[in-house]
Amino acid sequence: MSTATIGNWMDKRRRDKAADQSGESTANQVKGTSKWLVLGLLVLLAFYAVAPLWWLVVAVTKSTSTIYRTNGLWFAGKFNLFQNLHDLFTYQNGVYSTWLWNTVWLSFVTSAGAMVITVAAGYALAKYNFWGKRLVMGLIMASFIIPGTLLTVPSFILFQKVGLYDNWWVMILPACFTPMDAYLAKVYAEGAVPDELMEAARIDGAGEYRIFTSISWRLMVTPAATIFLLHFVAAWNSFMWPMIFLKDYHKWTVMLGLQSWLARGTDSQYDLTMLVITGAFISMIPVVILMIAMQRYWKSGVTVGSLK
Amino acid sequence: MADSKVTSGGTSGGSSHVPWRIIQAAKGASFVVPFFCGFVFFVIIPIVMSFRVVVYAKQKSGLGLGEAKETFVGLANLIKAAQDTTFWVGFGRVALYGIIMVPVTQFLSMVMALLIDSVKAKTAGKFRILLLLPYMTPGVVQTIIWIYLYSPTTSPFRWTGINFFDSNMVWFSMGQMAVWAGLGFNMLIMYGSLQSIPGEVIEAARLDGASEVRIAFSIKVPYMVSSVTFTTLFAVIGTLQLFDQPYFFRSISPQTITKDFTPAMMIYNQAFQVGNINYATALSLLLALVLCIASIGVYALQGKVNKV
Repeated sequence: MSTATIGNWMDKRRRDKAADQSGESTANQVKGTSKWLVLGLLVLLAFYAVAPLWWLVVAVTKSTSTIYRTNGLWFAGKFNLFQNLHDLFTYQNGVYSTWLWNTVWLSFVTSAGAMVITVAAGYALAKYNFWGKRLVMGLIMASFIIPGTLLTVPSFILFQKVGLYDNWWVMILPACFTPMDAYLAKVYAEGAVPDELMEAARIDGAGEYRIFTSISWRLMVTPAATIFLLHFVAAWNSFMWPMIFLKDYHKWTVMLGLQSWLARGTDSQYDLTMLVITGAFISMIPVVILMIAMQRYWKSGVTVGSLK
Repeated sequence: MADSKVTSGGTSGGSSHVPWRIIQAAKGASFVVPFFCGFVFFVIIPIVMSFRVVVYAKQKSGLGLGEAKETFVGLANLIKAAQDTTFWVGFGRVALYGIIMVPVTQFLSMVMALLIDSVKAKTAGKFRILLLLPYMTPGVVQTIIWIYLYSPTTSPFRWTGINFFDSNMVWFSMGQMAVWAGLGFNMLIMYGSLQSIPGEVIEAARLDGASEVRIAFSIKVPYMVSSVTFTTLFAVIGTLQLFDQPYFFRSISPQTITKDFTPAMMIYNQAFQVGNINYATALSLLLALVLCIASIGVYALQGKVNKV
């Protein structure tokens, strides 16, 4: 079912795009007075979705003295954004920039690793027959029913034994072997990489590795980008995993650091509220930009996931 | 066991093609080797380990000084977990929360998808981005924003005098936050299934004089069943493993949100605060079992809906 469904879905996306560009009306459209009712409801829902984020945007421009006393949804008092940023990046010898840098490179390496490993695996599972393939597929499918919580505790014991505890690799390696991604890549490769093309390359004398590095991976850019993006966001946002496995606060990621500030609330000199607000604001900018820029990919990612 | 399915065309002749095919299959298999090794190490081994860990218990000898010794206790941990009232009370909390939250979120997302589906493609695109902004926000930042929006010092709702962290209100507060965070994702997937309805079907219904509401209920909603099942399943699994949000709320209101508030928090507490890894593993296995049953339940329910 999967290949055909994804094929349909891709056609549909092409049609959507055409409709988007021409702005033409579709049959689904409501007309007349109910149109205004629908628009009104959508405006209300959009307000509900955006207002809390707007609150954050307004809050980063305030200071400890105005945040508690002024209307949350509009600017007030002195424009304090630059002072807040200065405080954020200098507090505790600029530990925030360490966390931010950790988050950036860890997310990058994790998603690049996951992308290469799972795309290659999915490709092999789709295009080759080899001994043990059924076993691998069976294990992948079976692993879908295993919830994340089940893995956490035994992983902790295992990682302590092999020296992964409080080690950078604990953030990178476990995320590189997600069965769901290998499955996604396999389903996509079945439809996107034609056997005839591989056969033609073989006749021309290309080896299997050569075929992958110069032909096949180009046909799998979409699942690769999807896997990269979804892992980048997941690594950037992850909280429970680094909290359990990273002890040294110099190794922390932004999310973990923000939680520690939020939990502390105040220290001897500082009300940490403005630091948490500014830190939260800065930490969400890269992911939101990335997700808007790469919408095409994560929308496809969640849709393909829904076909499972 | 490289068989003839490796090449689709079978163009290469000659009697020496058998070893060549084996080499080809081996090279193909080598693409999956890195993934499989990692998968075994980070998924299979932890699962196997959990079945070993669960049958042991750490017992301190004598006066509780000296090294703790691991002793075989059989199913004792699992039996104790199954009879643990704290665990089941926590489970009851998330289950009750889920029974209210999941249908509310699904219903609202459905309404949202139907609304967005009934405006012009261009308008839909604009609203879609706005409605998806909460989903693009990192989970930790979502929680931080709402904690400040609820907090008596910074809340724009402080004039109402409601204590959002009060033991009666805290579930509403978390639920409201989850609705806000989850609407966009659910809407996106449901909207995807609405897009696959052929335009002719809706036009025909309209020609027959069906009202917009009637069209929505009799044509559009049935098309959404499979995507709603997917989002429901996702929501159920997520809710039963609830950890991050209550953990954050605990740092604000530790009297209301106890350390064993949800099953996942209890597992975390047992494993990493109390240090009783063996018992925490038993609790994880129990939670995994319950999750499996819940997933099967959702699928069975969908089967029934489809037959009606």
